[in-house]
Amino acid sequence: MSAHSSSSLSIRDLHASIGDKPILKGLTLDIPKGEVHAIMGKNGAGKSTLAKIMAGHPDYTVTSGDVLLDGESILGLEPDVRARLGLFLAFQYPMEIPGVTIANFIRAALQARLPEGEELEATDYYAKLYAKMDALSVPRNFTSRSVNEGFSGGEKKRCEILQMAMLEPSYAVLDETDSGLDIDALKIVSAGVNALRGPNIGMLVITHYQRLLDYIVPDKVHVMSEGRIIHSGDKDLALKLEAQGYDWVEKEFGESGTKAA
Amino acid sequence: MSTETKPDIDIDRSVGDFRYEMDYAFDAGVGLTEATIDYISDVKGDPDWVRAFRKEGYRKFLEKPMPTHWATKDLESIVFENIRYYLSQGQIPKRTWDEVPDDIKRTFERLGIPEQERKFLSGVEAQFDSEAAYSNIKAAVGEQGVIFVGSSEGLKEHPEIFKKWFGKVIPSGDNKFSALNSAVFSGGSFIYVPPGVKVKHPLQAYFRINAQNFGQFERTLIIVDEGAELTYMEGCTAPKFETATLHSAVVELVAMKGAKIQYITVQNWSSNVFNLVTKRGIAHEDAEVKWIDCNIGSRLTMKYPGVVMKGKGARGEVVSIALAGDGQHQDTGAKMIHAADNTTSNIISKSISLGTGRSTYRGMVHVPKHLKGCKNNTECDALLINTNSRTDTYPAISVRGQGNAVQHEASVSQISSEQIFYMQQRGLSEAAAMSLAVNGFVNDLVQQFPMEYSVELKRLIDLEMEGSVG
Ligand SMILES: Nc1ncnc2c1ncn2[C@@H]1O[C@H](COP(=O)(O)OP(=O)(O)OP(=O)(O)O)[C@@H](O)[C@H]1O
Ligand SMILES: [Mg+2]
Repeated sequence: MSAHSSSSLSIRDLHASIGDKPILKGLTLDIPKGEVHAIMGKNGAGKSTLAKIMAGHPDYTVTSGDVLLDGESILGLEPDVRARLGLFLAFQYPMEIPGVTIANFIRAALQARLPEGEELEATDYYAKLYAKMDALSVPRNFTSRSVNEGFSGGEKKRCEILQMAMLEPSYAVLDETDSGLDIDALKIVSAGVNALRGPNIGMLVITHYQRLLDYIVPDKVHVMSEGRIIHSGDKDLALKLEAQGYDWVEKEFGESGTKAA
Repeated sequence: MSTETKPDIDIDRSVGDFRYEMDYAFDAGVGLTEATIDYISDVKGDPDWVRAFRKEGYRKFLEKPMPTHWATKDLESIVFENIRYYLSQGQIPKRTWDEVPDDIKRTFERLGIPEQERKFLSGVEAQFDSEAAYSNIKAAVGEQGVIFVGSSEGLKEHPEIFKKWFGKVIPSGDNKFSALNSAVFSGGSFIYVPPGVKVKHPLQAYFRINAQNFGQFERTLIIVDEGAELTYMEGCTAPKFETATLHSAVVELVAMKGAKIQYITVQNWSSNVFNLVTKRGIAHEDAEVKWIDCNIGSRLTMKYPGVVMKGKGARGEVVSIALAGDGQHQDTGAKMIHAADNTTSNIISKSISLGTGRSTYRGMVHVPKHLKGCKNNTECDALLINTNSRTDTYPAISVRGQGNAVQHEASVSQISSEQIFYMQQRGLSEAAAMSLAVNGFVNDLVQQFPMEYSVELKRLIDLEMEGSVG
C-alpha cells in the first residue's frame, strides 16, 4: 500500500460501535485531495455510520483506529470544529430546522468560519448564494424557506449540495445524494458536484446506483460489507456490481472469504 | 491542535448587568406601613385623592391572599418587610439629557437609550428606581397635542383625563400586586393621544432598577382617543444581586372608538427579580389593543396581559414570547374578555424552557352567552431544551352562546440532538446551533416587531443560550 499522503482524508483500521453493537470493524480508506472515491454496499453495511463517525456524531463510540484530516487526527474534536477544518457531510436524511431560513442558515455557517469581530459582507454573500442556487436550479424564493421544512426529497438533496457549494469544503462525504432525485435533478446535482471537483477537494460518494457514477466518474470504487472495505477497484467495478450484485464480492473478499484465504 | 473554548457560564455578558453606587436624596426606608405611604405622598406632593387611593390600595394589599395556591410557592420568598419602596435622587424628570445627573445619565448611555431616541423614537421616558430621570417627546409629536409625561406629572397637570381612567381598567383590588402597586406607585408614563392623531414613531419607556432590595412600582396609563394610533415600547433591566428585587407594575390602556394601541415589552430582568405585573386594556367599538410581550430573565414572572373588548367589533391580541432560563419560572399568558358582539381575540404564545427553567401558559378567554359573532384563536407552543425543562398549559376557555367560535391549538416540541448535529456539521458551535434553533422557533413572532427590537431580542436569546450550553 502506498504511504498516506498528508493531503488526504484517511481512515485507519477504524473500529466503532453504537452501545455495545460493533458496526465498523477495521475500516481503512484513504481519499487524497483531488480524487473522488465511491463506496457501494448493501443496506446496513455501515456506510452512513462511517460518514457520521467521521463527522463526529456523539452517538457512536470509536473503540480503536483513527481518522486523519491532512495528517491530523480529528477524532477528539467537536463536530463543528471538524466542519470548520473543512469536512462536509451531505446527509442521507437532512434535518428540518423550523423557522431558520436557508439564507440565514448558510450565512450563520459562513459567519462561524470568520474570525471573531469580522462580519460577513451581505451583498457579496447574496450574490454568491444566488449564483450557486441558479446553477443548481434551486428557485430563489427558497432563501426565505425554513431549512428542509416541507422540502421534497429531491429538494433536500439539492439543498445539501447548495450548502456544500457555499461552504467550499476540502473534503466532502455525499451520503446517497442521488436517492430520491429524478433524472433531470440527478444531472443537475451531478453537474453541481463536478463543478466543485478539483485539486483542492477530496470526495467520498456513497451510492447504491451505478448510474450516478456515469455522471460523477469516480477515481476508485470501494465495496463495503459488515463494517469493512472488502474490495476496491476502478469505475468498472461499479458496473460489475450493478450487473452481478454483491454476493460474489462478499464470497471472494468478505469475512468468510478472508478467513478461508 | 485546535480546541474549542466553551463559553464560561459565570461570565454574564448581558448589557444590563452593571451598577454604579448612588446616594439617594429621598429614601422611604425598609418595609411598608402607612407611614411609608405618607412619606411617598409627601415627597411626591400627591393631591388628597391620590393619598386616599394609595391607602385604599394598601388596605386591599393586606387583605388579599398571596396567590400561592394556583401560581407558585416561590411567592412566599418575597419578604415585604425587607423591601425598599421608594428611592430617588429627585422627583422631577429632566427634558434634556444634559440636565440629568451624571451618575444616572451614564447608566442610560451605557444602555444605549439616548442613541435609540435619536434614531427611531418619538419620545422617551427613562426611569431610574422610583422616578423618571428623563422624559421628553419630540417637538413635532408634542405639537399634535400628544401628552407624554410621567404618571406624577400626569395626575397633577391633566387631572380631567387622568382621573377618568386611572384605576378603572385595573381596579386596585384586582389582585394582591395591583393593590400593592396602587399603594406605593411611582413613575411610569401617562400618555394621551388626541382624536385622529397617528403617532408615527414609537414612544419608549425604559425602566432601570439600580438598588438592591428595591421594589419598583411604576404605573402607566395610556389613553388613545377616537381613531388615533400609538405604539409604545418598554424595556427593562436590572443588575444581578444576591437578594430578591421586586418589580410590580400596573399598566392600563384605553383605546377609544376606532383607536389602535400596540404595546411592546422586551424585558431582560436579572435572575433575582420577582416580576409581577398587571396589564390590561379596554378596547371600545372597532378599537384594537395589541400586547407584544417578551419575557426574558427574572426569577419569577407572573404576567397575563388582558383586553376587555367593550365595544362592538373590538379586537384584542396578545403575542408573547417567554424564555425561562435555568432556575427561572415564566408564568405568563393572556386574558381576553369579550363584552360586545363581533369582537375578536387572538392569543399566540411561544415559550422556551432551558435547564431547570419552567414556563407556564395561563390563559383566560371569556365569551358570555348573550353575545354573538365573537371569535377567539389561541395557539401556544412550547419548546423544551433539556430533559429537566418544564412546561405547563392552563387554557381556561369559557365560550357560551350560539355563533361564537373558538379555536385552540397547543404543541410541545424539542430540539433534537440530530438537529444540533446537523447544524454543528455546518460549522456552528453547539451554543450557536441552539441559539439559531431557538430563534427559528420564535421567528414568525419576531417578524412582527420593529427592527430594533427584533435585533435586541435575538441578542438576548443568544446570550441566554450561550450561558446555558457547555
Ligand atoms: N443509532 C443506532 N442504533 C442501533 N443500530 C444502529 C444505529 N445506527 C446504525 N445502526 C445499525 O448499524 C448498521 C449500519 O447502518 P448504516 O445506516 O450505517 O447502514 P448503511 O450502509 O448506510 O445502509 P443504507 O444503505 O440502508 O443506508 C445497521 O444495522 C443499523 O441498523
Ligand atoms: Mg445509509
